[in-house]
Formats: sequence, structure tokens, C-alpha cells
Amino acid sequence: MLNRFGKRVRLMKGRTIKVNYLSRVEGEGGLYIKIKGDKVVDAKFTIFEPPRFFEAFLRGRRFTEAPDITARICGICPIAYQMSSVHAMESICGIRVEGQLRELRRLIYCGEWIESHGLHVYMLHAPDFLGYEDAIQMSKDYPDIVKRGLKLKKTGNDIVTLLGGREIHPVNVRVGGFYRVPRKKELQALVDPLKWARDAALETVRWTAGFQFPDLEQDYEFVSISHPHEYPFNEGRIVSGKGIDIPVEQFFDHFEEQHVKHSTSLQAVIKERGSYFTGPMARYALNYDRLSPIAKEAAAESGIAKVCNNPFKSIIVRSVEILYACDEALRIIENYEMPDHPYIEVRPQAGTGHGATEAPRGLLYHRYTIDDDGIIGDARIVPPTSQNQKTIEGDLLNFVPKNLDLPKDVLTWQCEQAIRNYDPCISCSCHFLKLKIERE
Amino acid sequence: MAVKRKPKLAVWKFASCDGCQLSLLDCEDELLAVTDAIEIANFPEASRSVTRGPYDLSLVEGSITTPHDAERIHKIRRSSKYLVTIGSCATAGGIQALRNFTDVKEFVSIVYANPQYIETLSKSTPISDHVMVDFELRGCPINKFQLLELISAFLNGRKPNIPPYSVCMECKLRGIVCVMVSRGITCMGPVTQAGCGAICPSYNRGCYGCFGPKETPNTDSLSKWWKQKNMSDDDIVRAFRGFNAYAEPFRKESEAHER
Repeated sequence: MLNRFGKRVRLMKGRTIKVNYLSRVEGEGGLYIKIKGDKVVDAKFTIFEPPRFFEAFLRGRRFTEAPDITARICGICPIAYQMSSVHAMESICGIRVEGQLRELRRLIYCGEWIESHGLHVYMLHAPDFLGYEDAIQMSKDYPDIVKRGLKLKKTGNDIVTLLGGREIHPVNVRVGGFYRVPRKKELQALVDPLKWARDAALETVRWTAGFQFPDLEQDYEFVSISHPHEYPFNEGRIVSGKGIDIPVEQFFDHFEEQHVKHSTSLQAVIKERGSYFTGPMARYALNYDRLSPIAKEAAAESGIAKVCNNPFKSIIVRSVEILYACDEALRIIENYEMPDHPYIEVRPQAGTGHGATEAPRGLLYHRYTIDDDGIIGDARIVPPTSQNQKTIEGDLLNFVPKNLDLPKDVLTWQCEQAIRNYDPCISCSCHFLKLKIERE
Repeated sequence: MAVKRKPKLAVWKFASCDGCQLSLLDCEDELLAVTDAIEIANFPEASRSVTRGPYDLSLVEGSITTPHDAERIHKIRRSSKYLVTIGSCATAGGIQALRNFTDVKEFVSIVYANPQYIETLSKSTPISDHVMVDFELRGCPINKFQLLELISAFLNGRKPNIPPYSVCMECKLRGIVCVMVSRGITCMGPVTQAGCGAICPSYNRGCYGCFGPKETPNTDSLSKWWKQKNMSDDDIVRAFRGFNAYAEPFRKESEAHER
């Protein structure tokens, strides 16, 4: 029998599907599925990324160091870590960052979404739909599309570089604001590239909407930040599609982390209900009406519903979010006036604070306790991928039994693709064991 | 005439954030040209396909923190003609090397309810503690233009042009007024290797040393200057215990100020 790429394959005889080292994800993970008869008896998204213990060595550091140190948890979404940490610290010290400084934080987050989503849509996920091992091979047949993806990603990186100093581990974010704010003229340089990027993002939505999507729909519990007037980046309540609506500081009243043997990452669940879903599909489902008109139109044209329950279609939703982020970045730049001071002076005071923001791949929660000198006594971080890990396994348990007639290499590839639906960032997710156990 | 085969590039990951290998994908304008000149034979973050070794050039990201990884790096060395470490984790042990300064035995017994689930070494160590390394690219993260320079030098059989002088030189080259002299901001620039382009001083903050020690750094003198600016010993320890805490000159300086 031929597989979908015309290669001769054997029908599936083996009773396990195993991928030792998942590719096109950030970090080190694998896949293990055990099948008995026509039933899947075990599905594991294994994580063997070595733990790095950030929460342990944050103890004893200054509160002002948290954004620089936690950025190093993830090279793909450092802004998310910087944002969640500065919001947590500011909530302890009783200050709020408003006006243009708040807008600049949204702008740098737009840059990270465009960069990270651009990377995932074009380089990591699209090759699965078109049957290529990677984007480099894809570029032989689709050179213009791959070039468009690279240019789109670069536009996001240019925003982060201008506002942050460099694209990976930017240096300009601080508790209270920024070290230096750009002049209006500096931001104007981004306008033309962003207008191009907005058009390219619209093309991206159309392009991804034309892919073939494997069948998988489930009744997920979506969880995201929600703000009354904005599509969420930095601020809002934590809400779910099944009734959770809480301020950020009540996160651990409703969510908990579990330690499983096959993972160096803890798995987060909703207490008593179990797994949930965070990331672009959750944000989209819970905040659809706060998308800008152009993003809504593109979503409608692509044919995805206001609540999309097929995780393979996350690539369309991610493209809609790129479009939104380009549009939002242009709005912010258009209305920008350079603030008088790049930051608000923050004096430490003893206390505990919480921050939750929307990383490209989902909700990122931080909690810190500091003393009167601003020294961190306790830190806790819940990244998106540890929250999605159980949902990913649930997808595999549902997806595999329906597709047992597929040749083994095709099914294996589709299982990998099912994991990549979540844009998992494994490097992020697994630095958390030590302190969890310490608390118990 | 026989067509010359493209050299094979492999990218390997140990304990790290993925940022340094992402730098290769962040070369948006150059990536396709790079892949024209070199075959990406093993790069799991970017591709499913894996070509068997040996490899002409291996880029290694991350530090050694588990017994399994301490074995794995030897296999990689054996299958690599040239092995280059990229970033602070691989060249100095990274931020996770902060564990190296704690009493690990006590720490582990307090911390692990289920130590059998986890395998971790007491220290996070650079790749050069385990195998011979042909070249090191510094930075947290590395500078993507230095990475392109390295690949280009490799393809042309020459030594990479990566200066070992300090960040101060880059400030002078860019015409940035010294933040320490003019504004009293404590800065690690005088002891830190160049390569970033003096980003922090250009954003009104002091360098925090993410490229690690320059050649022959005078850390003791810098600490004395900081003390004149009323910086406490605790803060000096924290400054040197950053992303290159386990690099020898920084490690020794931080230990000298530890109470």
C-alpha cells in the first residue's frame, strides 16, 4: 500500500507507536502509545528535558532580576516570562503601569506573537500538512511561501529587537516599565513592514485554511486571560469555557499540578475536573468578539467557527492571531506618544504577588514572595505546556483508535502532528519539580 | 569532475532554553543561503529527517546536567569532525550552574520525595569539561551574526573572526558614553567579552555579563570600583553569579565576596 506521499509502506502490525525524540518542537520530548486489539491502553507525551530548577535558584535573588532570569526559561517566548514576572512584582509593590508604557508592553508582546506564531505556522507545523520533513525541503517546492513566512517572522523579531534590544532574551524590560523608550520616529520605521506583514498574515490565514485537517473534535475546557475591552496579552481575569472566572491571584484555588513518572514537567489540571486547554484556540474561543474587525473577517472567511474544537485547525487560529497582532501593533504605533519617563520607580515591600499573561502558546502564571529589601523568598511558575500536557495525551487517546487502519508510519507522523498542534515548548515546561516536592 | 558533497551540519541540545539554536532560524534573510551551502543533517528543532553521522560540524547547545547526557556528549564528539559549543550553557554551564554553589546532598534529601523519578547531577558543567571543544561561541543568547561568521569561516577553512576583547570596546566603537563613568550605573562591561554590540549600555543600563569573561579580566579591580559606589558584597556576588556564574574568573570573584 502507498502512503499519502506515494511511498510504499507496510500496514500497521506493531502494537506500539514510539517516537524517541520528537522533532519540530522546542525541547526534548517523546511519544509512546500502546495498543491492545483496537483499543489504546496507554498514551504518553513523555518529557525528558533535564530540569533546570529556576524556582530554586530564584530564591535569594533581587526582585528586579526576575525578568532577566526567567526569560532564560525559554528562548522562544522570553517576553512572556518577562511580562508575567514584572506584573507579579508590580502587584506586590502596589504600582500599576498605565498609558503609553502599558501600550509598549502590548506592542513588544505583539512582536513575540508574530515571531513565535510565524515560526510555528511556517517552519514547524505547515510541513506536516504538506508532507515535508521540514521547511527547508518545503522551500524547494514553495520558495515564495517559505520566504513569506521568514519575512513575517522577521517583522515580529524587528519589533522585539527595537523595543527590547535583541530578539532573544531582550534586555529592555524592567519592573516598572522599560530602561529606555523609543522615540516616535523610531517606531514609525516599523509601519511599512507591519503593513506588509498584515497583508501577509491575511494570506497566511487563507493558505492554512486550505489544508486537509484530520478529524478530531473534543469538548475541551478552554482557559485563557480575558479582558473586557482587549484581546488578552498582559491583563485580565482567568476565565474558562465552563464557568471559571477568577482574578489571577486565585489561580491555585482552582488549578493544581501533578507529578507523573514519565515527565520532568508537572502536569496542571483543574481541581476535580481534570485536563484543560490553553493557547491560541482557547484565547480565540473566549475572546472572539475582542478581535479587530479585519481578524474577525479573516476568521469568518476561513470557515472556522467562533469556537473551534479541532486542534489540527489551531494553525488557522494561530494565523488569525498573527493578523490581529500586526493590526494591533499598527494601532499602538499610530497612537504612540513618547512618555516622559521610561519607567515608574518601584520600591520593594514585603508581600506575595501574582502575574499571568498570554504567552504565544498559552497562559503563563508566576507567583513570587519578596521581603522588604526586595529579595525573593519563594517563586512558582506554571508554563503553558505543562498545562496542555494532559490534554495532548487525551487527544492521542482519542485520535489513535479511529485511525488504526492507517499505515504505521503515517499514523506515527499524524500523532507527532497532533502534539505539534499545541506548539509545545518543552524547555519551558520542566523546571518545576524541586519546589513542588519541597512544599509537600 | 566529481561534485563536492555539501558538508553536514548537526545541532545538538543539552540543558538549555533552545534560544541559541533558534538563532539559526532567526537568520531569516540568510537561512536559505546557509542551507544551500551546508546540509542540515541533524536539527530536531527544525526537521524530522535525520541523516546519519559522521558530521562535519556539530553545534552543541546546553550544559551537562544528567548522567545520560554526560555519556551522550562523548558519542557526539566521536561522530563530529568539528565541535563548536554555542551559548553560555554550553560554554560555562549556564544559569542552571547556580546549583553548583549549593550543598547539593542536603538539598536533594530535603527536596526529592521521589528521587527515583529524576536523574540529575550535582553540578551543571560546560561541554569542555567533558570532551575536546574546537571553538566556543559566547553569549546568552549567542549573536546570530557571530554564528553566521562561524559557519562562513568553517566553510572557507579559516579561523572565525570573534574578538576576545571587552564590551567597553564596543561602546567606544559605537560612540556610547560610558554608563558607569557618566551616570554611576554599575556595569560588567569592563570584564565581559564583546559580541552583543553593547546592547545594554545603549538601552541605558549596565552590562550584566551574558557573554562571560573577556580574556584576562580584572574582576578584582571592577569590584573595588563598585564598592566605591556603595554596592554591597551580596550584590557583587549576585552580579558575578549570573548566566556565566561557573566561568572561572566570575566564579572566583563571586566566591571572594561571599560571607
